[in-house]
Parts: sequence; C-alpha cells; structure tokens
Amino acid sequence: MLRILYQIMKVGTITEASLSNGPFNQGEQSTRFELLGKQLETAIKKRFQGSLAIRLVDAGSCNGCELEIHAANNAYYDIERFGVHFTASPRFADMLLVTGPVSINMKTALVLTYEAMPAPKLVLAMGDCAANCGVFGVDNYAIAGSVADIIPVDAVVYGCPPSPTALIQAILATLE
Amino acid sequence: MKHLANTWFAEQLSNHNIYTEYLEDHHPARMPCLDIRHLDWANASKTAKLLGMRFVALWAAQAGQQDKKALYAYMAFVHPEHRYALLRTPINLENPEIASISQHYIAAYRMERNMQDMFGIKVNDIFDNRWWIKHEHWPEDAHPLLDSFDGNTPMASDPDRADIDYDYVPCDSECAYEIPVGPVHAGIIEPGHFRFLAVGEKILNMEERLGYVHKGIEKAMQGRNVEDALKLAGRVSGDSTVGHSWVFAQACEYAADMSISTRASYIRGVLCERERMANHIGDIGAVCNDAAFAFMHVQCSRLREDMARLHAEAFGHRLLMDCISIGGVSRDLSTDMCQKLIQQSRDIAAEVEHLRAIYADAPSIQQRVIGAGIVSIEDATDIGLLGFVGRASGHYPDARIEAVYAPYDELNVPIPKGKLGGVSTRVWVRFEEVANAARMIIQLLEHLPEGNIQTAWKAPQAGESGFAAIEGWRGEIAAWVRFAQDGSIDRYFVRDPSAINWLGLELAVRTVPVPDFPLVNKSFNCSYAGHDL
Repeated sequence: MLRILYQIMKVGTITEASLSNGPFNQGEQSTRFELLGKQLETAIKKRFQGSLAIRLVDAGSCNGCELEIHAANNAYYDIERFGVHFTASPRFADMLLVTGPVSINMKTALVLTYEAMPAPKLVLAMGDCAANCGVFGVDNYAIAGSVADIIPVDAVVYGCPPSPTALIQAILATLE
Repeated sequence: MKHLANTWFAEQLSNHNIYTEYLEDHHPARMPCLDIRHLDWANASKTAKLLGMRFVALWAAQAGQQDKKALYAYMAFVHPEHRYALLRTPINLENPEIASISQHYIAAYRMERNMQDMFGIKVNDIFDNRWWIKHEHWPEDAHPLLDSFDGNTPMASDPDRADIDYDYVPCDSECAYEIPVGPVHAGIIEPGHFRFLAVGEKILNMEERLGYVHKGIEKAMQGRNVEDALKLAGRVSGDSTVGHSWVFAQACEYAADMSISTRASYIRGVLCERERMANHIGDIGAVCNDAAFAFMHVQCSRLREDMARLHAEAFGHRLLMDCISIGGVSRDLSTDMCQKLIQQSRDIAAEVEHLRAIYADAPSIQQRVIGAGIVSIEDATDIGLLGFVGRASGHYPDARIEAVYAPYDELNVPIPKGKLGGVSTRVWVRFEEVANAARMIIQLLEHLPEGNIQTAWKAPQAGESGFAAIEGWRGEIAAWVRFAQDGSIDRYFVRDPSAINWLGLELAVRTVPVPDFPLVNKSFNCSYAGHDL
C-alpha cells in the first residue's frame, strides 16, 4: 500500500496544463489543450448540466481510433475532468461516437444503437474511415457506406486516427 | 542466394507416398511451396501432424491472370527445426470441393468455413458447416473472393434471410441459461458477439460469433498498387500496424527477390519492439483495471502515452502507422533521436519493473489473476496457440526464430516460457516481453549501421508469389502475396494471430464465473479487425 502511495506521489499530477514539469509537458501544446478543455467544460456545463455521456460504437474500424479514445481518458488528457464520460448503454447517452466505415455486418447494430438513444441526440463520426470510408474504399462490397450514409451525423473529425486533442476539439465543435 | 531450397518436407511427404512438385515462382526458396494432388490433401496434413509440424494457415486463391479457370487451396505449416513449408492443390472450379483437415488440425476449421463462405468451395467432412464471416443476411450465392463476384458495390442483404439467426450451440438443461453479449460491447472495444451458456455463476460454454467488422480487405487488395496496398495492410489491425505493414512488405520483397539494407531492417526491428512494448504495457494496465486495480491502469496508460508522444516525434505517427515502406522504412533516425529512444525505452522498462513489484505484492489483484482462465499445455499445443498466449501455456512458437529474418537473425531472442496458462501467466509473459523488447531496442539502436533506409522497388513478374511470417506483438502474422501483370496485387492473404488465439479464449473461460470473463478476455486481447478482415 505504501509503495502504491509513494508511486502516486512520485509521479505527481501529469495532467496537461497542470503545474508539473513532466518531460513532454511542452508549454504551447498544454496551453492550447487547456483552453480547449475550458471551452468544452463551459459548453457542457451550460447545455448538459456538467455531464456529457458518450456511447462509442465501432462500426468497422481497424481499432486505431479506439486506442486514441483510450488515450483521451489517460492521465495526460483526462477528458473526464471536463465532464465527458463514456457510458455502457446508449439509453444514457447524449452523444454517439462512431468509428470506422460502416460494415454490412455492423449496419443493423449501429442503427439499433442510434435508435435506442433518447432524443435529442448528437452523432460524431471519428476518423477518415467514418468520414469517407478511408483506405477501405467506398467501392467495396463489405462496406455499407460512411457513417453519414447510415445515420444523421452532426460533426466529423478527420485523421487516421485523430489525436486525442483533435477528438476533444471535435466534441466541442459538435456541441456548438 | 542466401538460403538454399528447403527440401525436407518434400522428402518426408514422398516417404509417405505423397508426390510433390516444387513451384519455381514461389519465394523464398527456404519456405517452399509444393504442389500436391487433390486426393492427397487430407493425408498431407496428417503427415505434417505426424512430423510434429505446427499449422499456420489455410486459404484459397483463384489463379487470376495466369489461368482464369484455376482455383487453388493452400496450407502452410512450420516445423521447429525445418521451418516453413506451403502446400498447394488445384480445385475444380466447376465443382469446387476439398477434404477437411480439421480432424488433424483443429485450428483450421474456421479457415475452412471461411473458404466455404468466400469461394463456395465445399469442404467435405467438416464437423461445423455453419457460415462464419458470411452472416445470415448475406445472399446465399455471395462468394466475394471469386473473380465473378462484383466487389465494387455494397452488397445488399437478402430480405428473405433477415430473420435467420446463427445456430448457436444449444443446451436442453433447465438449469442452464444463455447470456447474449454484443456485438456492441459495454466498453471502448471492437464489436463481436459472445453467447454464454451458464449455470448459476459458472460458464458452461462460451461461443464466439465474429465477422462483424469484416471489411472485404482481401478483395479490396486485389488490383491495388503496392503503395496503396501497404497502407491498407497497415490497417488490418490498428494496434498491430507495424507487424502487419512489415509482413506485407516482407512478402512483397520476397516475391521480388530483393533484400533491404541492414539499417532499414534494424529500424523495422525497433518499430516492432516499440509496438510490442506499448501494447503489452497498455494491456497489463487494462487487465488490472478489469479486476478493479485502477492504479496500474493509470500508471500503464501514462507510460503508453509517453511512448506514443515520442513516436509522433521520432516517426511522425503516434501509433507508428505507415512507418514501414516497401523496400525499407519511411523515416530515418538521427543520432539524437536514437539516444532519446534508447533513453526512453530504458526508463520505461525500469518503471514497468517497479510497477511489476507492486503488482506482484498486491493480494487484491493476485487473487483475481492466479488460476483464472487456464488453457492447458495439451490444448495450447493442439490448437497451436501463438505469441504470448501460447508462451503462457507451454507452447513456444516465435516467428522471430522460426522465420529467420533480419534483424532478429543477429539477435538473441529470449522466449519467456510459461506453463500454468492462466491470466497471471499471460501477464507474466507480457512483463517479460516488455523487458526483452526494451533490451532489443537498445541493442539495435546502439549498433545501428550506416546506410540507406530505402532500396528501390522493382515489381516482380506476374504470377510470382511470396510468403512471410513476422512476430507481431500478438504473435506470428503470416502472409502470402501474389502479383499480377502490372506489378499490382493479384491476391493477398494474411492471417492475424487472433484467428487462432480466439479458439483459446473459448476454452479458457470454461473454468471461470461470468464476471471474470472480461478479465480473461483482456488477458488474451485478440483482435476482432485482424480476424474478420
């Protein structure tokens, strides 16, 4: 137990824009990130009473986008401090985050998840594949289409995969 | 020619009265492809089993531009001493059928089902005839990998088949109940369906239903030029992008009979080992998180992020995508950057060792992981489990040794040898591999030779094929490529280690209560995307 506490103390707070001087805590990036976070927090406070619940559906991604969503939850970005959290059920979700081109085998599951969400609902398509099918191509028998071809999309974030910062920016853009 | 043709398997088969013909247009010669008669197919696999060979993969290919009519089935095996060998046999396109080999190699049965789905080849005597990647809503006559199938327009579902459900293993007992899970799971993970049969808390049986993220990768590969195809190969499974890019590039380089500079191969090794470190560290944290030991998860994801940030700086991509090119690597390393990478690999390995001591001394996590999700040595050997999953269960295949490729042919690759086969052993193997990977990265970077990082690519003749195996972080990735007339890809087959390791998960969860499933699942962390293609 003592060792756990010691380790926690030793690492300190590494979250972006905190006062620590971690090796990768470069000034510019941190300031930009904090500014973004503040804006996001304000938007979530105003429109969602401080808590935005997101349900993720992988509609056929290569799992690269999932890694970056995980990264957005790590101690550096700690997206949860701005009020964003990922929920297990679409019933609680305010926003649907979709990654990957929509495969023909996932189309029904995606539509059902979307329908299970209470209105009003927001949809954010994450990554080049979700935006335009990416490297997998639109001329493919196994791809039903981009996310916008299947369900209404409010915002798109490009990247292969988009970085955690880009993801947070996109969530903010979706709210606005 | 660095290596001579490997004739061992051909001699052994001929001792068992199986006649083989060596295919000249397949490379490299030390992993030969042998043509056998259709009627010898099952017998050849039986012989391979008797010889103690491990099953690698099974696939089919139309002969493409060489002969529009021909259809071939392939299988690959590897012997711990005599290495890889491929077998090929022609199949009659008018009446396509072949004998099943799953009675000898259980791991082949999903690949055989896949062959039935994709080519309409009837596999005789297969004990499980259900559709696999082809889900129930597909039109019955859809066989996407046949040349006659139009792969360019999204396939419409068959409305008459919309209500058909997959035929899951039933249970008549009144005590047992079913739990359907997925395809959309609770966490931030990929989609797939699990059907549990449980009695009280205990799992009687768990059945996987995969294929949800099938994206037609094999069909989409056909006709692409090598650069575009490489981009796609790097996205077969995003967390294993280095391994998949490498295996594609290597198969192409073998087919073209070219070799890359030592410097490029060293950098590839660094990329692959860094990927191994990052994924193992992330997964160790995630396993602990599934047993409510959040401290480890926070610490490990911090280390993983440190690695991702240096990757962005050194290689231009946080997950190392598109860093490998055909004929080399796309980014060179400066001396400064080498020092940074060495330093960070060393620091992170030391931090992981420190965390490991905390993990090992925490009874709350140890009680959950010890003895959970066991795969026995017999089962692991029988299935041929790969990578850290195999190494935790007394089965130790490693392509870095078996496939003999640079830079590992100059390195000492230590293999952690686990036996107990549970979650704790898989975590132990991962800890060991993190330490070993860090050592190898440092060794490679300290001795990084001068030279080019890119050798000019010259496309091979139409019909030339190459086979390669690379030890990605999950285990051996095997790939086979054949070229068309204009230097484009005629057929690409790739087998992610998940295609085999998913079978191990079904066995591992039979001993645990339902709430332990996520823990066991995470300790395997098989790729859905890499399996579904």
